[in-house]
Amino acid sequence: MKNIKSQNRRDFLKSSALAGGGLMISFSWFSSAKAAETMQELNLPEPVWSELAAYIKITPDNVVKILVPNPEFGQNVMTSLPMMVAEELDVDWKNVVVEMSTHDNVKYGAQFTGGSNSVRMYWKPLRNAGAAARQMLIEAAAQTWGVAASEITTKAGVLLHSSGKKTNYGEMASKAATLPVPKEVKLKAPKDFSIVSHSKKNIEGVKVVTGKPLFGMDYKVDGMLISMVQHPPAFGMKLKSFDATAVKKMPGIKDVFSFKLYDEGFEQAGFDTRTFNEMIAIVGNSTWEVMNARKKLIVQWEAVGDVKETMMGRSGKREVTVPGRLETTSAQFEMMAEYAKRPAQQLRKDGDPETAFKNAAQIIERTYNAPFLAHNCMEPMNFFAHVQEDKALVAGPLQAPGWVEPTLSKLLNLPADKIEIQMTRMGGGFGRRAYGSYVYEAARISQKMKAPVKLIYTREDDMTYGIYRPMYTATYRAALDANKNLIGFHVKGGGIPENPVHANRFPAGAVDNYLAEGWEIPSNITIGAFRAPRSNFNAAAEQSFLDEVAAAMGKDPIEMRLELLKRAKENPVGNNNDYDANRYIGVLELLKEKSGWGKPENAGKKRGVAAYFCHASYAGHVVDMVIKDGQPYVEAVTSAIDCGVVVNPDAARNMVQGAVVDGIGNSFYGALTHKDGVAEQTNFHNYRMIRHNEAPKKIDVHFVQSELDPTGLGEPPFPPVFGAVANALFQTTGKRYYNQPFKVELEKPKS
Amino acid sequence: MAKYNLKINGKARQVDVDPNTPMLWVLRDSLNLVGTKFGCGMAQCGACTIHIDGNAVRSCVLPVSAIGKQEVTTIEGLSEKGDHPVQKAWLEHDVAQCGYCQTGQIMTATALLKSNPNPSDADIDAAMSGNICRCGTYLRIKDAIKTAAKTSNAK
Repeated sequence: MKNIKSQNRRDFLKSSALAGGGLMISFSWFSSAKAAETMQELNLPEPVWSELAAYIKITPDNVVKILVPNPEFGQNVMTSLPMMVAEELDVDWKNVVVEMSTHDNVKYGAQFTGGSNSVRMYWKPLRNAGAAARQMLIEAAAQTWGVAASEITTKAGVLLHSSGKKTNYGEMASKAATLPVPKEVKLKAPKDFSIVSHSKKNIEGVKVVTGKPLFGMDYKVDGMLISMVQHPPAFGMKLKSFDATAVKKMPGIKDVFSFKLYDEGFEQAGFDTRTFNEMIAIVGNSTWEVMNARKKLIVQWEAVGDVKETMMGRSGKREVTVPGRLETTSAQFEMMAEYAKRPAQQLRKDGDPETAFKNAAQIIERTYNAPFLAHNCMEPMNFFAHVQEDKALVAGPLQAPGWVEPTLSKLLNLPADKIEIQMTRMGGGFGRRAYGSYVYEAARISQKMKAPVKLIYTREDDMTYGIYRPMYTATYRAALDANKNLIGFHVKGGGIPENPVHANRFPAGAVDNYLAEGWEIPSNITIGAFRAPRSNFNAAAEQSFLDEVAAAMGKDPIEMRLELLKRAKENPVGNNNDYDANRYIGVLELLKEKSGWGKPENAGKKRGVAAYFCHASYAGHVVDMVIKDGQPYVEAVTSAIDCGVVVNPDAARNMVQGAVVDGIGNSFYGALTHKDGVAEQTNFHNYRMIRHNEAPKKIDVHFVQSELDPTGLGEPPFPPVFGAVANALFQTTGKRYYNQPFKVELEKPKS
Repeated sequence: MAKYNLKINGKARQVDVDPNTPMLWVLRDSLNLVGTKFGCGMAQCGACTIHIDGNAVRSCVLPVSAIGKQEVTTIEGLSEKGDHPVQKAWLEHDVAQCGYCQTGQIMTATALLKSNPNPSDADIDAAMSGNICRCGTYLRIKDAIKTAAKTSNAK
């Protein structure tokens, strides 16, 4: 690893003249120590240590163009990142033009969208770039007018001198481009912001509502062919043989062939996850022709058996054996229950939990389960590729261009600088598009066809391919003494194929005797990041459990949490607790106030509460549930979030509201189950998604007023929804719900 | 293959395609009108919603051979300048997150308001529940429909 602390990012600011006049300022920087920690926490692969950059361009006619480095998947970075530049540059937001940059690992770094990371990673560098450009424009005006720079001020893209002289940025841009980049820039204090923290509309809003070609699905070039792939029908199966005679005779079909994605012994990096290595490509002139012809394909599949794979992780190369068994969900849950009884890996231990539980007057023990979830992005996976002898262009929706590039380079045997990656707007991502296997499939097919090809997954292809949110289970135990004080806490969690436990999060640090353990079961069903990985299960399980513990202690669930957090703040147990107890308390206090928790006017409401910490932010919800048409329905939600400075408040509220709806939907309905390796849900007729009439009537979102640097927002509001829903279900039905999705439990006949 | 003379967004268009080709792919592949989206291919998500003689239909299961002389309207033809009251309301409420489903949502909402200029919450629920939004923007969709109802009626 490079010694990142020794780098001064201002050294990397560069300016240059634009062809035709104007100023272009680019910068690159090495991640700060804090960002480095975040990256470690996320367990991201190595290239994140390289440079990151963005550009500002100013034309003589005063148009400011800001390039956005990170791909857009609905988190609104195409608006929020430029707002940060424009704030320090001091320009009129109306004159800002925003453009998505292409990928360049050398200039920009990984350009990763995910981990609720975009705003927090770019917060300082983008503002520095804006401030540096502004200072250069001031200096250019000072030299032109023969006055001191200190006498010049700026306002919305205009340079003003105390004598009354004024001009706009565009007039000075060409001269500014010849000046040295300032070594020091002063950034505004949050109280002086006039763009940041002031809601701005989605920069691509008009294009969205008029149906402009923004998405990968819409990407088109002359002579482009359409391709689909047929993957095995079950996890644990592979291609044996196929007969494409009938397919090839269908109109518009160019070719049908099988291909392998990775060569024997390929060393897979962290995000090279792929479910099936050999598939059949059907290539033709139009989508419908390919879709239709594909139905005539005759294929024999066979069991793949145990497979050895080579993985390249942070700790180096390791061989893993992927078991060949054809999985069935009910058997998987039984296996998890069996594993849960075995000794597990200790993840954290404080005090003497064994003795605490032995001496307890009361022990509460509960087990929580959750199934695989499919991401179900509205835009199914797709990608364009044009691979030629000496270069390749790929374009489409993906979250991690910087990690796709090295793999593409290996697969195509082309140097990275001969591979151009263009990022289209993504029709949702939720973690799914951090895994580039569909990009590589498109590239392989284009390579074989020697033509530009767009690969399209049908919904069925998308839903049955894998890379799901893992299956999880966790057993929580709490020890209470005779006075109902919490004296011991134990969590033992596991999953297929990873354990969900965050050992150093609350209530670690708040209980004297604490034990966290984890275990894992390998599987051939592939998994990947899903909005707030692991947290999305932990918050459901832990926050439901705390609700029961509070009840056993005879305490209000918010007061009980506040007492524990007070302990963690004033006299923490252990020294490696992940969270800031004070910010946690702040969110719960705000939630209490805004929801009118415990107020007489809300006495009749059936309410559930939960709060959670992840991605450096704190989020809590109070869920109000009623019975509608005989079914529990979340009618209203109050949300409180601490994510530091809120860059674009209305868009931030939108994202929290969306996370709440997503959380309600997945907690009630989300499940991808298997029978003998075959995914039992294939499309939206049998994978239930939350719909318009099931969304709450009201979701009030409140942010903690803060001048702290921004922390994550895309993920943190999602996990606690599950816990709040479970707790509201108890208030509504008198029954606790331990197994997701809750709808299945609700529909079980009463015994 | 067969030739079809279609009236799309007020213009005469001719396509030469297999009669079973869903309108979705005629629009997207043959006519380059890509505002109509592919989401499920089985009329379950509403991303492909268009208007046939003013009624909202799912174009992913509607064969081109069934169109005949009926008028087809897509998001591209909803307004000339993107200023239909429903589109304006969508912008006012900044509804979109990823945006992929929103053209289908707008087409469904527009058809609703045409048949029911003052929809109740229950009317909106009934009309809009066939359109999935994975980002969960349903509240804003409802608010935008109410705003559009007001502004349309004020004209």
